[in-house]
Amino acid sequence: MSSDISNSSHKPDGGPVQPKSPPTDKTKFWNDPKKRSLLFQVLLLSALGFVFYTIIDNTLTNLEQRGITTGFDFLTSEAGFGIAMSLIDYTEASSYGMTFLVGLLNTILIAVMGIFAATILGFILGVARLSDNWLISKFATFYIEIFRNIPLLLQIFFWYFAVLRTLPHPRQSIEFLGSFINNRGFIFPAPVAEDGFGLVVFGFIAAVLGSWIISRWSAKRQERTGQQFPVFLASIGLIVGVPLILFLLSGMPMGLEHPELKGFNFRGGITVIPELIALWLALSIYTAAFIAETVRAGILAVSHGQTEAASALGISKGKTLRLIVIPQAMRVVIPPLTSQYLNLTKNSSLATAIGYPDLVNVFAGTTLNQTGQAIEVIAMTMAVYLTLSLLTSFFMNWYNARIQLTER
Amino acid sequence: MSHSQATDKLMVELRDLNKWYGEFHVLKNINLEVRQGEKIVICGPSGSGKSTMIRCINHLEEHQKGDIIVSDIPLNEDIKNIEAIRKEVGMVFQHFNLFPHLTVLENCVLAPIWVKKMPRKEAEARAMELLERVKIPDQALKYPGQLSGGQQQRVAIARSLCMNPDVMLFDEPTSALDPEMIKEVLDVMIELANEGMTMLCVTHEMGFAKTVADRVIFMDGGQIVEENEPHEFFNNPQHERTQLFLSQILQH
Repeated sequence: MSSDISNSSHKPDGGPVQPKSPPTDKTKFWNDPKKRSLLFQVLLLSALGFVFYTIIDNTLTNLEQRGITTGFDFLTSEAGFGIAMSLIDYTEASSYGMTFLVGLLNTILIAVMGIFAATILGFILGVARLSDNWLISKFATFYIEIFRNIPLLLQIFFWYFAVLRTLPHPRQSIEFLGSFINNRGFIFPAPVAEDGFGLVVFGFIAAVLGSWIISRWSAKRQERTGQQFPVFLASIGLIVGVPLILFLLSGMPMGLEHPELKGFNFRGGITVIPELIALWLALSIYTAAFIAETVRAGILAVSHGQTEAASALGISKGKTLRLIVIPQAMRVVIPPLTSQYLNLTKNSSLATAIGYPDLVNVFAGTTLNQTGQAIEVIAMTMAVYLTLSLLTSFFMNWYNARIQLTER
Repeated sequence: MSHSQATDKLMVELRDLNKWYGEFHVLKNINLEVRQGEKIVICGPSGSGKSTMIRCINHLEEHQKGDIIVSDIPLNEDIKNIEAIRKEVGMVFQHFNLFPHLTVLENCVLAPIWVKKMPRKEAEARAMELLERVKIPDQALKYPGQLSGGQQQRVAIARSLCMNPDVMLFDEPTSALDPEMIKEVLDVMIELANEGMTMLCVTHEMGFAKTVADRVIFMDGGQIVEENEPHEFFNNPQHERTQLFLSQILQH
C-alpha cells in the first residue's frame, strides 16, 4: 500500500494528493472496496431474484393445480351478498368490484371521521394536561392514562357490546326530538328539500363568502389602524344566521322524512349503524390520548424563555399560546401526529371484529371467501392502505416543510 | 458619568420585598427606590438573588411579602395591573429569547400590534427606526437563527424598546455572548443610558458600571449588602464581602 501512496503523490500535474490511491494490478479484486461492494450487491440481488422467482412460480403452479384462474375478471361478476352500510347504491346484484368501492368508501369515511375527532379532542386534552387548573389537568391525565393503556380492540368491544348493544330494542326505542336511539343504531329524520330551499343554500354560500371577505377586511383594517375585529364570532353568526333567517322567511321549505317503526325495524330516515358509532368512538378516543401526549410534548419543547419573553412584552396568556407557543410546537408535533393518523387509518381495519363493513371486512373478508381470489384481493387491499398512508404522509410532510424554522 | 439624569419621580419602588422558593429564602427584606432616568447596576455572586429581584419587578417571579410599585402602579394579584406594569417595563434576557419562527421585524412589531393595537405600518416604521438605532436595519427580514449572538441581543433590545417602556431591565445581557460581541451590545446600552432611560442592569461588566451607573448595588445571600455610587463602590468598598467579590472579579 505504501507504494500506492507515494505513486499518487508524485503525479506529474502536481495537483493535490488524492485521498484514495488508485488500485494497481497487484490489488486483489476482493480487497478493493469498490469492487467488493459491487460483488456483494450482485450476490444479494441474485439471491432476492431467486426467492421471488420461486415464490411466484410456486404460486402459479399451485393455482393451476387447483384450477383457480388468476386475474381480475372476478371483479365484474355478481357479488350476491348484502352490506349493512353503503355510501353508494349497492344491492346484492352488484358486482364484486362494487364491494371493493363500498368497503373503500366506508374505510375512508371512518378514517376521516376518526382523524377529525381525534385531532380536536387530542389538542384540547394536550393543552388541558398542561393547565394550571388542578382539576382540568388531573382529568386530562386520567383520561390519557386510561385510554392509552387499554387495548384498542377491547375498547371497540366495550363501546359496541357494553354500551351500544345494551340499548333497547327498536320497539322500546328512546325517542328524542323525532330521532330514535336503539340497539340497531341512531335513526334521524331525513331532511327533504322542497321548493325554495335553494335560497337557503345560496344564503349559506353567500355567508361563507362574506366571512372570508370580513376576515380579509379585518386583517387589512388591523394593519391600517390596529383595531381588532372578532372575526371568528362574526363568521359564525353569519354562517349560522343568514341561512337560518332565509329559511324562516321563505316559510321553512324543508320537509322531514320521519322514520317509522315497521315490524321489527324502522323505515325511512337516516340510520347510523351502531358499528360505525362504536368504531368511531373507540378510534377517536384511543388515538386522541396519543395525540394529546404528542401535543403536550410539543408545547413542552418550546423553551420557557419564549413564554417569559412574551409575558415581559405584555402579551396575554391566550395570545402567547396562539402566536408564540403553538406555531413553534407544531414543528415538533407534526411528524408524530402523522404516525398517529396512519395508525388510526390502519387500526380502522379492526372494524372486522364488530362487523363494520370496511374494506377488510367486506372485500378481504366476504369477497375473498366467496371468490377464493386471495392474491388479487389481498394485493388490492394492501395497495389501498399503502396508498392512503402514503397520501397522508405526503400531505403532512408538505405541511411540515412549510412550517419549519429558517436557520442559517 | 458623574452628572445624573435622574429626576425626582419614583419609577420603581421595592419595599420589604421577600421571596421564598419553597423553604429557601431567596430575597430578604429588599428595599430599593429607583428614580426616573436613574441607571442601577446590580452585581453579586451567582445565587445571590439579583436576577430574581429584577424578575419580580415585571412579575416573571411572584413575591410573597412586601410591595412593588412601578410608575405608581402597585403590583398585586390584579391581572390588569400586571399587564399595565409589563407595558411600562421592558426586559432583555441572557439568552435573548427571540421568537425563532418570526423574522426580526415581526419579532419587533408583534407586541405593538397585539398589545398596543398599533397599525402594522406604524409599528413597522417604529421598529425600523429602532433597528437602525441598534445598527441592524439590514437584518430586518432575516430570522433570529441567521444572526450572531450579539446581533440577536441587539434585536432583543430593539424589540423591548418598540413598546416604548419607561424602565428597562437587563438580566445579564452579555453573559451568553462571545467576548468580541459584548462590546456591540454594551455600546447600544450605553447609548440608551445617555438618552435618559431608567435602567436596572444585572451585569458583571464593571467597565459599563463605571461609565453609566448612578449607583451600584452589591447583593449576597438574598440581601442588598452594599449600595454606592460607582467611584466609591469600586475604590472604597465598605463591606468585607464586597471587597472579596471585587478582588475576585477585578484581579485579571
